[in-house]
Amino acid sequence: MISENEVLKKFIDQLLQIDRLGAEKIFKAVQQQGTALQTVDKLIVPALEELGKGWDAGTVALAQVYMSSKICEELADCILPFPNQDGVEQPRMAIALLEDYHALGKIIIHASLRAVGYELHDYGRLTALELAQKVCDDSVEIILISTLMLRSAFQIKEVKRLLDDAGSPARIIVGGAPFRIDPLLWKEVRADAMARNVAEAIKVVSSCMMKIKMEEKV
Amino acid sequence: MIRNKIKMTSMERVLTTLGHHEPDRVPFFLLLTMHGARELGLSIQEYFSKAEYVAEGQLRMLKKYRHDCLYPFFYATIEVEAFGADVIWFEDGPPNTGTPIIKTAEDILSLQVPEIHSTPCLVKMLEAIKVLKVQAQDNVPIIGAVISPFSLPTMQMRFSAYIELIYEQPDLFNRLMAVNQEFCVAWANAQVQAGATAICYFDPLTSPTLIPRDISVKTGFRVARQTLARINCPTVIHQGQGLTLSVIDDIASTGTTAAGAGSTIEDLATLKAACQSRLAVLGNLNGIKMRHWTSEQAEDNVKKAITEAAPGGGFILTDNHGEIPWPVEEDVLLAISEAVHKWGRYPVCRQTG
Repeated sequence: MISENEVLKKFIDQLLQIDRLGAEKIFKAVQQQGTALQTVDKLIVPALEELGKGWDAGTVALAQVYMSSKICEELADCILPFPNQDGVEQPRMAIALLEDYHALGKIIIHASLRAVGYELHDYGRLTALELAQKVCDDSVEIILISTLMLRSAFQIKEVKRLLDDAGSPARIIVGGAPFRIDPLLWKEVRADAMARNVAEAIKVVSSCMMKIKMEEKV
Repeated sequence: MIRNKIKMTSMERVLTTLGHHEPDRVPFFLLLTMHGARELGLSIQEYFSKAEYVAEGQLRMLKKYRHDCLYPFFYATIEVEAFGADVIWFEDGPPNTGTPIIKTAEDILSLQVPEIHSTPCLVKMLEAIKVLKVQAQDNVPIIGAVISPFSLPTMQMRFSAYIELIYEQPDLFNRLMAVNQEFCVAWANAQVQAGATAICYFDPLTSPTLIPRDISVKTGFRVARQTLARINCPTVIHQGQGLTLSVIDDIASTGTTAAGAGSTIEDLATLKAACQSRLAVLGNLNGIKMRHWTSEQAEDNVKKAITEAAPGGGFILTDNHGEIPWPVEEDVLLAISEAVHKWGRYPVCRQTG
């Protein structure tokens, strides 16, 4: 009998080798033993977290994280009842690329969050003004913003100002190269949190959800 | 051993260190592009509209900061502009590209190599190099720049689509590399012809931060070896902000002269040791954090880098990214310069330790 850890390790190996069929075979075997959400919790969440940590540690390349998140999203799409019909409560969320044209980080985080069961709007690439407007129009509670250039990272300050002016309580989670190089930059641009990788994005979103729920109770 | 105390020119200083000997002091390159606009009181877009503006900006910054190179690199998107992409200008940062020029497989199959001397944006940069060569003669190295054929597609098409192309469509990938290689060689050698002393070959995608080594050895490093062999001057491979240490042997195998230390989390001394006198190292002041440095922090960071990597030569102090960010102010740059002139005289260990 293979342990759950060994199964997870094999699944991660298949993802790193970009072996879709191999990953799918393991995924289906696990799925036969539980519900859709259990399969996601046992396999996809820890695998994506592990890959995110691996990227942070320099043992996994971004191309592998991207291809793996895409495979996981496809696998999850086959079994999860999107959009969020499984009774899981979640705040209204969106993801956006601010001014840059380098969308890879946004695509990875979007695919990974969907693969672990979150539904979120993908706003694509927009300006600070356009983003603030959409967040308000959709009553978004958590907005994830990806940037590559330092200049775009500073635009997040403007998003925050516009949201404050409009009375939006949306929490801002940021990610991207400038925030990895300067770990305090997220505070400077007045974000609520920053995520260095997929693993942190999943954790930060979960933590934001908890805070929102607690505030609602109060 | 008798130390040579005679003051060297920047060219002598750089060539000595590239030969893995100790010059009179540690050479340092402030890789300034947009900052020339500030010197001339122009917007960034205006500044890059004329070759003479860029040449004048570079000369003023050379005098002000007393560093060791001229860097007439305009902006990273100039190459995709040559391929027909739109350029989007900002008041406070480098220009970006608009919609990718490659959207389908057909776009790759029909992609043509731009003719260097009839492409206005490239001609402008060549004119700037020519003006600088007249002014600098052989006293100050002029550093040209190209984006590697392997990394250019991240601006020619969506990054995600390019990763899928690398993994899943080798024929189309090879076709794209063939076009980009011809362009890269022609563009680099045109800069050399205009007066560039060396070419910085920006290749972030060969960093294991972005592409796993087993793939980049078969793709990006193969392309680099073929391309660099046809460039008629010394080159520096710079992998942007990615990790370098675990692929340093692959970098050395390309025949390049030096490697950029882009990652600020890798230990500079370890990287220098791994180069084993095969490669000189350029790096690695944190360009993003630099914008908040006090004079003392600038001095400390300069001293630290010099202590770690300067002994024995084979080291040029630069920022980590290959371009100083626009928000970095003049007083920080002056403090860096002052620190190098104070602490960078060889022998360095005793002075800084």
